[in-house]
Amino acid sequence: MESILLGLGLEEATAQILGAILKALIVLLFFVTVGGVLTWVERRLSGFMQSRLGPNRVGPQGFLQWIADGVKLVFKEDLVPDGADRVLFRLAPYFCLIGVFCTLVVLPWGSGIIIADLNVGLFYFISITSLVVIGVLMAGWSSNNKWSLLGGMRAAAQIVSYEIPVGLGLLVPILISGTLSMQGIMASQGWLPWDWMLFKSPFTVLSFFIFFVGSLAEANRIPFDLPEAESELVSGYCTEYTGFRYAVFFLSEWANLFVVGALTTVVYLGGGNLPGMISGLWVVSLLVFFLKTGLVVFLIIWIRWTLPRFRIDQLMKLSWKYLLPAAFLAFFGQALWMLLTWKLPLVQLAMAVLIFLTFLVLLYLFIKRVSVNIKEQKTSVNSPLPAEAGK
Amino acid sequence: MSAALKTDYLTINMGPQHPSTHGVIRFIIKTDGEIIHECDPDIGYLHRGIEKLAESVSWQGFVPFTDRVDYVCAMNANLSYSMAVEKLMGLEIPQRAEYIRVIVSELNRISSHAIAIGAANMDMGAFTPFVHLLREREHINDLLEMICGARLTYNYICIGGVNYDLPPGFKEKTLEFLDHFEVVVEQINRLISYNQIFIKRFANVAVVPPEMAMQYNLVGPNLRGSGVKFDVRVAEPYSIYPELDFDVPVGEGYEGTLGDCYDRYLVRVKEIRESIKIIRQCLQRIPGGEHKAVVKNVIKPPKGHIYFRTETPRGDTGYFIYSDGKTSPNRLKIRTGSFTAMSIIPEIAKGVFIADLVAIIGSLDVVAPELDR
Repeated sequence: MESILLGLGLEEATAQILGAILKALIVLLFFVTVGGVLTWVERRLSGFMQSRLGPNRVGPQGFLQWIADGVKLVFKEDLVPDGADRVLFRLAPYFCLIGVFCTLVVLPWGSGIIIADLNVGLFYFISITSLVVIGVLMAGWSSNNKWSLLGGMRAAAQIVSYEIPVGLGLLVPILISGTLSMQGIMASQGWLPWDWMLFKSPFTVLSFFIFFVGSLAEANRIPFDLPEAESELVSGYCTEYTGFRYAVFFLSEWANLFVVGALTTVVYLGGGNLPGMISGLWVVSLLVFFLKTGLVVFLIIWIRWTLPRFRIDQLMKLSWKYLLPAAFLAFFGQALWMLLTWKLPLVQLAMAVLIFLTFLVLLYLFIKRVSVNIKEQKTSVNSPLPAEAGK
Repeated sequence: MSAALKTDYLTINMGPQHPSTHGVIRFIIKTDGEIIHECDPDIGYLHRGIEKLAESVSWQGFVPFTDRVDYVCAMNANLSYSMAVEKLMGLEIPQRAEYIRVIVSELNRISSHAIAIGAANMDMGAFTPFVHLLREREHINDLLEMICGARLTYNYICIGGVNYDLPPGFKEKTLEFLDHFEVVVEQINRLISYNQIFIKRFANVAVVPPEMAMQYNLVGPNLRGSGVKFDVRVAEPYSIYPELDFDVPVGEGYEGTLGDCYDRYLVRVKEIRESIKIIRQCLQRIPGGEHKAVVKNVIKPPKGHIYFRTETPRGDTGYFIYSDGKTSPNRLKIRTGSFTAMSIIPEIAKGVFIADLVAIIGSLDVVAPELDR
């Protein structure tokens, strides 16, 4: 970006500042778009899962629904409830926004495409997302609503608890790649499935599971959506929000969905890695990255519309009693595994291929099971009445 | 230090407008953080004075009001009232009408239980099963619309029989639906009832032992969930139920303690299967003939009183009617299952989480209009 600006004949200092602003604008635009589009994707997909249509009126297939919703929300009155802490109430949504938005800076969209390849990328990622918790807690406290307060407290307890197993789980990929840089982690994997971090050893599978479950919890998705559990806490921490501020919460939640998908892709699913001969094609790399991210996001949406919700004590038990020890196990197990197979790359490869094949078998069994369900469904209830059939 | 720190319970209003109180019910809960210390149900937001209204309308004119007593299973409410008046008058009704009454009220029982199960799922955060069950309920509504033209408040069962005969094609459509729905019940079970998270949320929560259930006068699936095998259709047989072959499912502590939320939930699932069995038998045996006895336009039942109860999806609904031989009842009192189910909530909601209170309301299947009347 800077080099383009320099090419236009600008001074170096100006070019750098201008370049940074332009980059931030691009990321902000992307953030808004991806958050909006994902709301449409989720509503449409959930519609299909529930034998409904979902939004299909605005634009082709209802694609522009998110813009219509956004416009509606922006035009609504920005209400601050009586007795609310006005400053905190107005400030809270932006903490959530910043917490999610700033993560986009270190996401490697493809090999070589990144805003800032920090050498502590993953660490930065984990720490900046903690801002979300402050925003949610502020929203819950300042609303002067007991349901909001309960939602905020739940959110704080939940997100802080799950950050620990997620952080520990992510140590396993760091151990393998030997770097915290996002590009470095991506580059340490290949384009073949068994070169992906996920399939490298049994312990990476375990760490993936811990990371994925913890990320669902941090993103407040079912089965961990307790902070805004609709049937219990009305709307949780955002009960009192309307209009634009509500839209900001909404947007950062769905953008967070994308961020979780992208991080999973980069760290565990090989990111946008391409085979050696076409590794220069950054467009293809970008496409591969988005395809994988889309699959993970679909998986998260699928889980949301299938499972019920945990209770708060069960949630805490899962984190502290099961995920945390499992994360330690994964970390030490992986260290031991690397020590044992230090000079045996063939064993490592064999293990990776074996895990990948096991995964394929499980996938096949799953599809078979699902197809049985679909076949059963075909009993019809819509045959015409005898009187109608005669006509 | 200890003098400066004062802690108090947090008083929260749950309702009247709350997503999971199934209508307008209000709970005043005192909590210690997330744990409920005291729960005080406040009812009456949907009171419409139906019992008093009965004193100013004719005997037949009250049938549409019974629809509104419990609009989730209007047929069963029609049936209770009509049979009570018939007993009071000593009226014999044609055999075909009895069969039609059982078919429609069992169909309505299925749709009511479908709503109960779906709402319990939705309270636990699983939205998809609820929508799927609503879709299935639409098929039942279609069938009942074929019969009487209405989809929710039917006014179909009347004093002396039923208002219209079965339309052509009804039997085939119903059998087709039952074949379809038997599969769907298992699918819903695989999707949610046997889901480990769901079981963890419902099992061992709000346990009602059999003695306590009887003390609090629980009825219907809630009573049977506690392991008490009592069903008005079997214990005090009415209509053609003695001729039919069906089981009364009871709670057995399927996933934990006897009488927990999961038992009450699973009893409803099993009752759906029994209702399917009953409808199949009725459709097979239904005789020809009239669908309604000859009843005068203005009826004056003899002086006296009667208490008659039938098994509705929310337990037994009893009608106490006092007649002084005039064109409308002198006094009418309805006894409903939701009311007693509500009275047990303060007892079992002590020391549970707020999320469990939602599970309790869902598993007891409390419906506001029936509660307040």
